[in-house]
Amino acid sequence: MAKTERSAQNPLRSFLKAGVLALPLLTGAPLGALADEEALKIIDREKLTDFVQQDCGSCHGLTLEGGLGGPILPENLEHMDSDVIQEVILGGLPGTAMPPWRGFLTETEAAFIAEGLKTGAFK
Amino acid sequence: MKTFFAAAALGAGLLFASAASSEDLRATGDLGLIIERATGTALIVESTDRTVLAQVEGLGNLSHASVVYSRDERYAYVFGRDGGLSKVDMLTGKLVGRVMQAGNSIGGAISDDGKLIAVANYKPGGVNVFDAETLELVSEVPAIYDEVGNQSKTIGLVDLPGRRFAFSLWDGEQIWILDYSKSLKPEITKLEDIGVFPYDALVTGDGRHYIVGLFGEDGLAHVDLWKEPLTVERIMDGYGKGEEPLPVYKMPHLEGWAKANGMYALPAIGRHEVLFMDERDFTEVDRVKVHGQPVFAMARPDGRQIWVNFAPPHNDTIQVIDILERKIIKTMKPGPGVLHMEFTPRGNEVWMSVRDKNEIHVYDTTDFSLKEVLPAEKPSGIFFTSRAHQLGL
Repeated sequence: MAKTERSAQNPLRSFLKAGVLALPLLTGAPLGALADEEALKIIDREKLTDFVQQDCGSCHGLTLEGGLGGPILPENLEHMDSDVIQEVILGGLPGTAMPPWRGFLTETEAAFIAEGLKTGAFK
Repeated sequence: MKTFFAAAALGAGLLFASAASSEDLRATGDLGLIIERATGTALIVESTDRTVLAQVEGLGNLSHASVVYSRDERYAYVFGRDGGLSKVDMLTGKLVGRVMQAGNSIGGAISDDGKLIAVANYKPGGVNVFDAETLELVSEVPAIYDEVGNQSKTIGLVDLPGRRFAFSLWDGEQIWILDYSKSLKPEITKLEDIGVFPYDALVTGDGRHYIVGLFGEDGLAHVDLWKEPLTVERIMDGYGKGEEPLPVYKMPHLEGWAKANGMYALPAIGRHEVLFMDERDFTEVDRVKVHGQPVFAMARPDGRQIWVNFAPPHNDTIQVIDILERKIIKTMKPGPGVLHMEFTPRGNEVWMSVRDKNEIHVYDTTDFSLKEVLPAEKPSGIFFTSRAHQLGL
């Protein structure tokens, strides 16, 4: 996905767009001209949501309300810009249990997660 | 007189009815509970014919849920991440009690007399203790560890002989022992400076050794509970040999099953190794390089094998270590998200949650053949009733 993604500026928007486009898929309507690229994004969005709930969730709680790691709900992240959150996701927080996820996640994917955490998209 | 006869007849009828239904009676010794973490449900299973008997609903947020059993193996106490404490009747499959006892919790324990249920909480940090029968709150122990009133997340809660519990303070770097033998106002023994970020702990099956894993240091903290006054000592200090620790993508777990053949098998932190430690002098016997960051290193009940699962991205794999030679004798890939394993009481089979396949696998532990696949919704912890009779579980 990330390889074909060019507009890294606002990945959330394109993901949301992909989510809207997914509707005909769910209702069984013919795919028509829905590009493979869009279908690919739909899968990745689900995968990333699952990743946040399961893998982030193993420390931060399944609904991100906190565990051994602190809560990461929108109200907990108000003071952080999403690019800072993105950097924490990718680089980890040395001296804490937060590991660097670079290697698991691309810049774009980390940006999508950061933005989603700010807006409560994974709750 | 007439009333008496009527009552007698009714009594006889009841007796007859219960005698007639005795064919339907069953015991709970081969039952277990499997947590379905995403849906707030749990499956009641039996391990003799490997089937699912019932699904229990309404258990709340079960991410990182754990279970202890009443001493008659009739009731399961389920500790949910959302602070919910639920009591499940293993025979009827019904939720018979539930309290929201904190905002965020991690696990619990049952006292040796079966009367008290203790829950370790992250928020507010501390331990709450409940009447096992009624789930009424009988004692609150906030884990305040400094003069300012800072409250610590609590971890590694276990039961100890003599109506006692032990737990550790993640932020407070302490071990506390609660003694409820005299009253419901516990005597508290605090051991300080145990090390940085204690993440989980175990007590040995004999109740003698409480061992705490440290996330922030490459060593463990140890208390010999048979030696008064209690002191804490560092063991396996510097097992990382000064090397930079690898990132840990899931916290390992410690439980009393780690002891086998005179050794403890322990997951290293930040190293893809299982450490083997002598059970008497707590020095390193051996270390085995494994496939990833170990999460659980579990001895089969006879101690002959150690089964290991791993943190992401290696959590599709299981490795089995032979205790005699300390060599990996089997590597298998049950599927993505192998979260938990549980041995049948005598160890002939092992049950495994394969979360991302929505499956439970049952393997023969002698020839490693797959005996059964059962459907389950995002399964995580598997808990058999035989835990009821094991200290620390």
